[in-house]
Amino acid sequence: MQTQELKNVASQVRRDILRQVHACQSGHPGGSLGCTDLLVELYFNSMKLAQDANGKVVFNMSGANEDIFYLSNGHISPLLYSVLARRGYFPVKELGTFRQLNSRLQGHPTPHEHLEGIRIASGSLGQGLSVAIGTAQAKKLSNDPSTVFCLMGDGEQNEGQVWEAAMYAPHHQVDNLIAFIDENGQQIDGPTEKVMSNRDLEAKYKAFGWNVLRMDGNDMDEVVATLAKAKSLLGKGSPIMILMKTEMGAGVDFMMGSHKWHGVAPNDQQLADALAQLNETLGDY
Amino acid sequence: MKFTYETKKDTRSGFGAGMEYLSHNNPKVVALCADLIGSLKLEAFIKNSPERFFQTGIAEANMIGISAGLAIGGYIPFATTFANFGTGRVYDQIRQSVAYSGKNVKICCSHAGLTLGEDGATHQILEDIGLMKMLPGMVVINPCDYNQTKAATIAIAEYEGPVYLRFGRPVVPVFTPENQKFEIGKAIHLIEGSDVTILATGHLVWEAIQAAEILEEKGIKADVLNIHTIKPLDTAAILASISKTGCVVTAEEHQINGGLGDSVAQFLSQNRPTVQEFVGVNDSFGESGKPADLMEKYGLNAAAIVEKSLKAITRK
Ligand SMILES: Cc1ncc(C[n+]2csc(CCOP(=O)(O)OP(=O)(O)O)c2C)c(N)n1
Ligand SMILES: [Mg+2]
Repeated sequence: MQTQELKNVASQVRRDILRQVHACQSGHPGGSLGCTDLLVELYFNSMKLAQDANGKVVFNMSGANEDIFYLSNGHISPLLYSVLARRGYFPVKELGTFRQLNSRLQGHPTPHEHLEGIRIASGSLGQGLSVAIGTAQAKKLSNDPSTVFCLMGDGEQNEGQVWEAAMYAPHHQVDNLIAFIDENGQQIDGPTEKVMSNRDLEAKYKAFGWNVLRMDGNDMDEVVATLAKAKSLLGKGSPIMILMKTEMGAGVDFMMGSHKWHGVAPNDQQLADALAQLNETLGDY
Repeated sequence: MKFTYETKKDTRSGFGAGMEYLSHNNPKVVALCADLIGSLKLEAFIKNSPERFFQTGIAEANMIGISAGLAIGGYIPFATTFANFGTGRVYDQIRQSVAYSGKNVKICCSHAGLTLGEDGATHQILEDIGLMKMLPGMVVINPCDYNQTKAATIAIAEYEGPVYLRFGRPVVPVFTPENQKFEIGKAIHLIEGSDVTILATGHLVWEAIQAAEILEEKGIKADVLNIHTIKPLDTAAILASISKTGCVVTAEEHQINGGLGDSVAQFLSQNRPTVQEFVGVNDSFGESGKPADLMEKYGLNAAAIVEKSLKAITRK
């Protein structure tokens, strides 16, 4: 997909995020908006997804011979749901059920309700990288050449399990894995620097044996270029980590620049103000 | 029927033998271990199938997540360590990435209960059955001897879904048949009797057999069942036994809170209220010592089962 088209999809996905969170007055818009450009790029450009003869995506739990994405920071579920729906995994109008009773779109993603596109539950932070590594190893064991992607938060780096996984992947040469950290510098109790400083994540992951790249996660051209670079580094013995600077709330001016919008829903007026900043490129659900 | 044995072996070696069998017979089985290969008796599996073994280092949380990821990729992961570190330490990882996500992961743990002995309470988990059985969809199995542990290991590879398999360190009599078929959720009727039902699991099954012999000398006939699967519980077999005996003793190397006895009481209270006595650890931690001395001190042996049986009968 052309970069301009990706930007158009991202604009619609941002609208979907805001409308989902607004409708149930609950959920996490900040991180969702910040990571929108990455997920749109992955699902509409970089990832090789299983498709039927008509080019429609099909979901298989095993993800054999297709690229797989895991969302470890499960609270940005409205983003994942929008991208999956817009990519064709389930009807876009189902986004209207987000976080409501009897919905497949649970507060945090889960395969428990058989939502196409979801392979693992996340929400309790710190677990997704391990799962991604396991699937990457399964792919190696079955000579499946495809790639596993995994996104984590920067606050999530506080969790010990992340570092168990960080140690494991290079040791086992899991080089069919591209992981991302959403470096928005924010977590619930405030700026990451104040709550629990990650210090130098690049130096840390390098010391653990990862191949580390950096990008501006809200610049679609840079995301496309960095993903292409990362893919060229696959299969060379090391897992790849992309540290992605983003702005929490990216795309909506009054939601950017603080952690205030980590987990707060906009009211009617705020929704209207936010939507006015985002083109309805694909039609609202 | 009289039960005898020729050798004593550890149940964990039965697990190792089951894994060795699976290394030859099920190419989808992979094993993971957190720096305890020798304790889990995984040497043969690793020798036969080195590419299907994943050393995680001392990182149990990661091991559970990796297992879930391998399961998504179509493999059948056996995640192994000591019971304390494979359940309590990683409860949330099992809950979210395995149970709630419905992954075909086998959590296989040795050194459960008091009988690991000298290492003491930090390692002697007595809550693992309770923790695991509370998770929706989780199967919980505690086999009684080497042969049954081997058979259970082989059987759970065929079953699709999360399983907790619990076994231990001490050598105990090998009294169940070799090369038996293990049926998940199907209790085994060991001794026929009409005065008291004894429902035992794990290492306490042999003790229950001993207890039945002691009771027989007193003219009391115990109906003894091997409840190797705590979840799903074989309620039909339990009901059939209780309708003959009218009272029950449950026996397990576990806290009374949350264990087999708990499950039995919950079932009976709703279906056939029955006098019940519990052989188990009564709300305390363990301590260092020789396994037999610990089982004696904490009341987890044949003598304790006899005592509780007599009490149950008088309460009928
Ligand atoms: C294990 C765990 N502890 C606490 C929480 C509560 N929680 C949800 S999101 C969050 C902050 C996460 O920060 P970050 O990963 O930076 O995500 P961002 O806020 O930037 O979207 C916390 C503490 C959780 N979901 N899981
Ligand atoms: Mg953050």
